[in-house]
Amino acid sequence: MTRMWKVAIAAAALTFPALPASAAGTLDQVKSKGFIQCGVSQGIIGYSAPNDKGEWSGFDVDYCRALAAAIFNDPNKVKFTPLSTKDRFTALQSGEVDILSRNTTWTLDRDTKLGLNFVGTTYYDGQGFMVKKSMKINSALELSGASVCTQTGTTTELNLADYFRNNKMKYEVVAFATVDETIKAYESGRCDVLTTDASQLYSTRLKLASPDDHVILPEIISKEPLGPVVRHGDDQWFDIAKWTFFAMLDAEELGVSSKNVEEMKKSTNPEIRRLLGVEGSLGEGLGLTNDWIVRIVSKVGNYGEVFDRNLGAGSKLKIDRGYNRLWTKGGIQYAPPVR
Amino acid sequence: MTDIASPAPKRERSSLLTNPRTRSLLIQGVLFVAVAVALWFFISNGRANLAARNIATGFGFLEQSSGFDISQSLIRYDDTATYGRVFFVGLLNTLLVSGIGIVFATIIGFAVGIARLSKNWLLSKLAEVYVEVIRNLPLLFQILFWYLGVLAAMPAARQSLSLFGLAYVNNRGVVLARPIFGEGSDIVGLALLAGIILAAAMRWWAHRRQMQTGQPFPVIKTALALIFGLPLLAFAATGAPISIEWPELRGFNFSGGIRVLPEFVALLIALSTYTASFIAEIVRAGIMAVSRGQTEAAESLGLRPGPILRLVVVPQALRVIIPPLTSQYLNLTKNSSLGVAIGYPDFFAVFAGTTLNQTGQAIEIIAMTMAVYLTISLITSALMNIYNRRMALVER
Repeated sequence: MTRMWKVAIAAAALTFPALPASAAGTLDQVKSKGFIQCGVSQGIIGYSAPNDKGEWSGFDVDYCRALAAAIFNDPNKVKFTPLSTKDRFTALQSGEVDILSRNTTWTLDRDTKLGLNFVGTTYYDGQGFMVKKSMKINSALELSGASVCTQTGTTTELNLADYFRNNKMKYEVVAFATVDETIKAYESGRCDVLTTDASQLYSTRLKLASPDDHVILPEIISKEPLGPVVRHGDDQWFDIAKWTFFAMLDAEELGVSSKNVEEMKKSTNPEIRRLLGVEGSLGEGLGLTNDWIVRIVSKVGNYGEVFDRNLGAGSKLKIDRGYNRLWTKGGIQYAPPVR
Repeated sequence: MTDIASPAPKRERSSLLTNPRTRSLLIQGVLFVAVAVALWFFISNGRANLAARNIATGFGFLEQSSGFDISQSLIRYDDTATYGRVFFVGLLNTLLVSGIGIVFATIIGFAVGIARLSKNWLLSKLAEVYVEVIRNLPLLFQILFWYLGVLAAMPAARQSLSLFGLAYVNNRGVVLARPIFGEGSDIVGLALLAGIILAAAMRWWAHRRQMQTGQPFPVIKTALALIFGLPLLAFAATGAPISIEWPELRGFNFSGGIRVLPEFVALLIALSTYTASFIAEIVRAGIMAVSRGQTEAAESLGLRPGPILRLVVVPQALRVIIPPLTSQYLNLTKNSSLGVAIGYPDFFAVFAGTTLNQTGQAIEIIAMTMAVYLTISLITSALMNIYNRRMALVER
């Protein structure tokens, strides 16, 4: 009988398993593995797309590089995971990526129910429509009866339903899992309309065979504040993610760029001195070094530089900065002070 | 646990652990407890982790309104309907494409399988080429081929190909004329039902008469007359209550008529032709498993090739065919989830895809998805097992 007792005790012991302690801080994990795993899109020119050598570049990519620069002083210590709109949140929730930087819209529902925290709005966007020029349509209100191609699992899909219901128009939605499938269906004539965030429409248009045959309609039907996302429950990592973004904005506001950052260290302006860690020990509060912003700005650049290089005048897309100008220049990009 | 702890009968001399009966009970009991404990561990661990990460749990989301639209739905649906309804819309779309796909795959598969054994060289070579080409290309590739290569290459809505005005084909799919059932059409329906029942009764009677007297009866012709004749008579008698709504080009696309999505058509063609190539091989194997002597015996009785196939070879071949055929039906149903690549709103796409993404409740949704595919598969194989038992060799 003694052997049976042993079995019984072992079985009983199994019923009291220790729950795994909540995961160690993301910063520590990232430091110990030596790189950041960053979730990006499957290829949206200007935001995150690989070049012919397989190197990722873009606005969302540069945010992850800034984060890597702040932590490792090396913007290349990032590995990128391309994610579809459908898979992106599960990948973040399950810990497959450390941060999601994938033109993701900040909504109340996502912020509260998915176990996520939105870092901030790195790009103020809105949903638009693209049609073929030959259809001679000038307004989204003329789209009744159209078939519309979109990506599944997006706010776009929801806004679309709202907009057509609100305006009592009929439509047919064809929802695909990836950007490329959506574009292919639109190009093949399966749909009259392609809808997504306006900025993405500009980048999508570049992928089409003859970009000039397509127009983007003037209506913007939604607010799409896009930004990076982290897991809920790791405040230190959340702070680092937030302040990396703010630092890039503050650097632009104070005129600190990748070109002049070394000279600026000699500045007498106390705000710049704090920003660059010459005065105070603000970086240590985040678990980083005091020159963390110097690292970001010298290796990646300030917000304005990153915008221009990937989306603005210095890029193929030539998107007007619009709302994404600094608050001092008529936009709504505004960051809390570094002090 | 009581089973394990219960004392063995007294006359048993050997120890409890060496007694094969108690030992097997003990092993089963321990295994059962271990499985239960593991399940409990995963569930409670999952719940704790979800709570710690502030991720919503439970099935309450099924009652929330979805907010997105679905291009094809067999039941009433709009973006104010609930996620629970999305579940059924997706399920019905999956059942629709796999149900029709199974019928087509079976018909094509049997035809090709038999053609491959034909004495006609051209026919059998054509069937061989079909099987070898279709079976050896990936299914996803074939779905994309039909969708982007064939259907998307159709003309735009305004230049649709017309099939006698009854159907139009364009790059938005197929538009069919829709019958409108007016007053009195239920009588036509009843006549159709009566025709089918009478035909079945007539077949049973004719079979019995042939068994008793050897007199054959023109079963097929009479059945066709009953099934089509009766409703036609009723149709004329009630004053033509069924009219046809012709598709009309208006705005972006046709209005009126029945629209069949190109996603559906592409997926259906790809699934049926792909599965048919496997079924053809199963049918060929089944027929070849019937010994040559059976055919020769039937020939010597003076039966013609058609009846030989129908009355002697196929019934025996079916015993070999049915079990692997069931696997192909299950494969077809599960493969229908590849429709996600071309935007067909099947269960996997709208529920395990869109709903999962909008609600973020991965664990509940994946569990429900698994349960659904498992249920569909188990029901399919249960039905096929019943059929198999009926067709199985009755030993006398």
